[in-house]
Amino acid sequence: MKLRYDVPGDDLSLAGKASAEVKRALGRLGVDPGAIKRAAVSMYEAEINMVIHGGGGVATAELSPERVVVVMEDSGPGIPDLDLAMQEGYSTAPEWIREMGFGAGMGLPNMKRNADELRIESEVGRGTKVTIVVAFGAAGGAEA
Amino acid sequence: MKVRDIVTTLDGVLLTGEGLLDVDIQAACGADLMSDVMAFVKENVVLLTGLVNPQSIRTADLMDIRVVVYVRGKTPPKDMVAEAERNGMAVIATRYSMFLACGRLYEAGLRGGGTREPR
Ligand SMILES: Nc1ncnc2c1ncn2[C@@H]1O[C@H](COP(=O)(O)OP(=O)(O)O)[C@@H](O)[C@H]1O
Ligand SMILES: [Mg+2]
Repeated sequence: MKLRYDVPGDDLSLAGKASAEVKRALGRLGVDPGAIKRAAVSMYEAEINMVIHGGGGVATAELSPERVVVVMEDSGPGIPDLDLAMQEGYSTAPEWIREMGFGAGMGLPNMKRNADELRIESEVGRGTKVTIVVAFGAAGGAEA
Repeated sequence: MKVRDIVTTLDGVLLTGEGLLDVDIQAACGADLMSDVMAFVKENVVLLTGLVNPQSIRTADLMDIRVVVYVRGKTPPKDMVAEAERNGMAVIATRYSMFLACGRLYEAGLRGGGTREPR
């Protein structure tokens, strides 16, 4: 099953809807709750990033009995220094984003901790593509 | 501690979630940063927050948090309460500040055991 969502870049109040729907779809498939939470958290952080940093884009989630593969693609400014961006606490988010409860620089580290596989392809001036894989069978995640 | 005891301890108002009043809550997490909630919350907890926007409900839902308390007398707008209701969550509003609300719940026996220690 493949789900696809357009994620608008100008409305933070909608950010997270795609992740919530994917979470429910995984619930209906009877996937293990721990894996669902890991998938939901990493997709949600990526979705928020796509809205606040990437100007919106397209999210897809491919669900199979073994795993979910989430791809979030934007055509925003890209990430100049990925190692720096991956550090806990690093954020270029403006103040108003912090007032919304985001921009703590925990998003990418959260994604890494929760995903079994995290791939980030980014080119400055062209955009960012984040691929998240969460497997259902294994205990999985950097946390486990 | 039952959800109904949380309401009483905080002199709070239950905005939705009558069905959850007898649910037992083991731990609490106070945060205004949603990424912190996602980084640190592990078990089912009550979330105390001063952040009144749809993201607080959505983050809680994603983390399987079923009870959200808004501190400092902030009352979430109707559409947020409706979203929480659709998600099967309980929403409580209290006039206490974050510090006092957390302190009162701690005094009443709630602990922070549902959160991961920072590395
Ligand atoms: N999709 C994206 N497009 C452009 N920059 C991004 C994107 N995602 C992340 N970044 C950059 O990486 C930084 C760290 O991301 P993250 O860990 O999620 O923290 P936060 O979102 O709180 O700033 C961001 O502040 C931003 O500079
Ligand atoms: Mg982020």
